[in-house]
Amino acid sequence: MATEVEEAVREGGTEEAGARSRVGCALVTGASRGIGAAIAAELAAAGWPVAVNYRADREGAEGIVAGLESEGARALAIQADVSEAETAERLLGTAEDELGPVMVLVNNAGVTADGLSMRLRDEDWDRVLETNLSAAFRLTRRALRPMMKARFGRVINVSSVVGLRANAGQANYAAAKAGLIAFTRTVAVEVARRGVTVNAVAPGFIETELTAGIEGPIVEAIPARRPGTPREVAACVGFLASDAASYVTGTTLTVDGGMTA
Amino acid sequence: MPETKGATKEQIEERVIEALVEFGEERDGLKGSTKFADLDVDSLDLVELAQIIEDEYGIEVQDTDLDKIETIDDVTALVSQRLA
Repeated sequence: MATEVEEAVREGGTEEAGARSRVGCALVTGASRGIGAAIAAELAAAGWPVAVNYRADREGAEGIVAGLESEGARALAIQADVSEAETAERLLGTAEDELGPVMVLVNNAGVTADGLSMRLRDEDWDRVLETNLSAAFRLTRRALRPMMKARFGRVINVSSVVGLRANAGQANYAAAKAGLIAFTRTVAVEVARRGVTVNAVAPGFIETELTAGIEGPIVEAIPARRPGTPREVAACVGFLASDAASYVTGTTLTVDGGMTA
Repeated sequence: MPETKGATKEQIEERVIEALVEFGEERDGLKGSTKFADLDVDSLDLVELAQIIEDEYGIEVQDTDLDKIETIDDVTALVSQRLA
């Protein structure tokens, strides 16, 4: 398998416009809806077979997969709770068996459990850190092995503006998302010599189920005066996953309509 | 998938040299007694070498094993010992 990947990667020099020139697949965690679903669509459009991970929303994930397949892409829904330690092996293993080695990993799955710090319970803290930060570490650790062999790989962590500036009521989420940015930088320098890039995107206020019902003053505080869309975040992930971004590593791309400018 | 079970020392040495060439070393002059300290080999290379050995020979290499490795011969000896 390794040899096959290496050969294909070596031969993969011919770049057609937007066409994927490599073997393997992309894995997007938490891709049954929102930003994750948009990222799955973006990577599929770039030619990657896409493993669409979901935890609970099977219907959503299967709908996304059906949509991608109707556009001619290869896609597969894989149920797995990334907060569980054994998940990394099973999730990556299943994706490899069905779609080929994971050459693009997008750590997108995220949960919130908001509350002022004084009132946060240990379980609110732990759950958010496990899913948003520790899971990204475990999946990345597992994914780097085949990427190193292939001398190619893209790890993209979906952080948040909350990892860059304060947001009262989200101390756990902020700590996890800031941790993700620091994790991104350090892993990036460890593997840079092998053609593997590790980057983060930090979305601002994006219209999804997670942010439904929040409007008004928040939107007025955004320089762009509107919420972002999942597609606008996905486009940035698509760039970081592309051959065009081969010299971009260890960075965090904010996608926030100017919020952190 | 330990395809190379029962490999000879020569085969193992050749595989290690091949890996070092993949890491950017010149093949000429690489031999059993070559010290890693004399090469442009760093911790990432050693970790990857360990992974190649683990994958191809189906053995486990611990960080403590890596600490003891100084030469190509040391790697060959470690692998043959584990395979025996």
